[in-house]
Amino acid sequence: MVDNLLVIRGLNKHFGGIVATENVNLEVEKGLIHAIIGPNGAGKTTLIAQLSGQIRPDSGEIEFGGHDITGYSTARRAREGLARSFQITSVVMPMTLLQNVMLAVQGTSGHSFRFWAPVADDSEMEAAAMDSLAVVGLDDRADRIAANVSHGEQRQLEVAMALAMKPRMLLLDEPMAGMGKEEGAMMVETLNRLKGDMTILLVEHDMDAVFSLADRLSVLVNGHIIATDTVENIRNNAEVQKAYLGDSHA
Amino acid sequence: MSWLPQSVSGRIYASLLLILAPAPFFFEWINQPFYLDLLSRALILAIAAISLNLILGFGGMVSLGHAAYIGIGAYCVGIPSYYDYYNGWLHLGLALSVSASFALLTGAISLRTKGVYFIMITMAFSQMVFFILLSLEEYGADDGLVIYSRSEFPAWLSMDSSTSLYYWIFGLLLLSLFFIHRLVNARFGRVIVGSKFNEQRMQALGFNTYRYRLVCYVISAMICALAGMLLGNFAGFISPDMISWARSGELIFMVIIGGVGSFFGPLVGTIAFVLLEEFLSLITVYWHLIFGLMLIALVLFGKGGIHGWLSLLDRRGGGHG
Repeated sequence: MVDNLLVIRGLNKHFGGIVATENVNLEVEKGLIHAIIGPNGAGKTTLIAQLSGQIRPDSGEIEFGGHDITGYSTARRAREGLARSFQITSVVMPMTLLQNVMLAVQGTSGHSFRFWAPVADDSEMEAAAMDSLAVVGLDDRADRIAANVSHGEQRQLEVAMALAMKPRMLLLDEPMAGMGKEEGAMMVETLNRLKGDMTILLVEHDMDAVFSLADRLSVLVNGHIIATDTVENIRNNAEVQKAYLGDSHA
Repeated sequence: MSWLPQSVSGRIYASLLLILAPAPFFFEWINQPFYLDLLSRALILAIAAISLNLILGFGGMVSLGHAAYIGIGAYCVGIPSYYDYYNGWLHLGLALSVSASFALLTGAISLRTKGVYFIMITMAFSQMVFFILLSLEEYGADDGLVIYSRSEFPAWLSMDSSTSLYYWIFGLLLLSLFFIHRLVNARFGRVIVGSKFNEQRMQALGFNTYRYRLVCYVISAMICALAGMLLGNFAGFISPDMISWARSGELIFMVIIGGVGSFFGPLVGTIAFVLLEEFLSLITVYWHLIFGLMLIALVLFGKGGIHGWLSLLDRRGGGHG
């Protein structure tokens, strides 16, 4: 029996006449890295946004850990253990890296209607945040302001924040977007370290990264998933070659 | 000692508080009761500005209706007094509970909106209060209402003399500053500040930002109502004029002059505002023009307000704690 953490059934989303998501069915097995690839405008980010709750689907349902979460708010999904990172870096820029990650710890550790005790004195929360920073290799830069670090480091921070939420599953939206070769390699290394322990739904453009990381691949074209299989089989799939890989591997 | 402020700006603010503490005795000594009145009024408005800064500066919620809570606080002294209920605890309790209820109700609606819409809707709600009070003939309508006696408290807390009222004001000012400092540095404050800069991310981190912002708005309103309760006692007179949107605009200016999102900024901003207003009006009848030009210059060129300028000293002095 396969243990599916995330199950998507018949998901549809239209923006006016444009079909962003068309009858998407997808199962993400627990403990695997499941990548979604597809050409630009295929609807990958829209799909992630529906999974994390920023966009409501027109129809269909999303089941996470056996519960229907289609009606949940973004915040509630996050507290249920579905953490996302953003394609366009979205952190609290004026805060330090540590403060950003501490916010992530705070978000999933009970309510924050605590008006008196200074966060800065909370050594337990700080330790948890430092752990996540260490996973992505930012622990030596914890006190830098987020706005002042490099783009690559901000991308790593995105992942650290998602990790700090102690999620059951990570939704990573192009974690390597805009990265140089070296930074990209660091990110692959980071994700490789998580492989096996964490269930990850990975949207990524960098084919080399996807092929080296993913256990499963789904190909999204025009809002529709045309194939889901192992990396090897997808590589050899004629339909996929035609729809997608043929263009970029010319 | 870590108790002593490490930065230059911190020392300046600490000195300011030390100067303000004995002010009534100094003004009595130089026989200038008028200055005590001026300072009392400034510090009352400073409490209101400090409360506005909590949502505006730290939370990024620009309200153009905060004077409504000054009005609510003042009318919670005026109306009971009209019926000969002078008990101070009653006034205080009413001011806090009525302002909290009104803020909860209007905030729940206003916080569904963002930016300019939030500004407009908070202004609309405060204008609503303005016109309701204007229509209340029983309480003087636009002529206002005279309060013949101050709120009654036990002897040691009495606010009957101008000196004891000043210490009420000063004490509540210190309490608001201290409370907001704790609040902003606690978990709650991190959520509020984070939501100001990136609400989408905060939601993705699991925070129901709407709920936190609403609670923050209510807390701010309650502190502002304390200022209103003091103003009613200080002026001995209440009128709908206290609530007009121009008053709310002045509060925003006080915060901007002092420095948005700094703890002491609104205090120095309000003192500067009140003193400028006072002394410019002594010099010339056209003082509004000069005052307006100064405010424009400050908004355009004085980024960070007075607190911003003082922080420059910190960097130059290198006194980083």
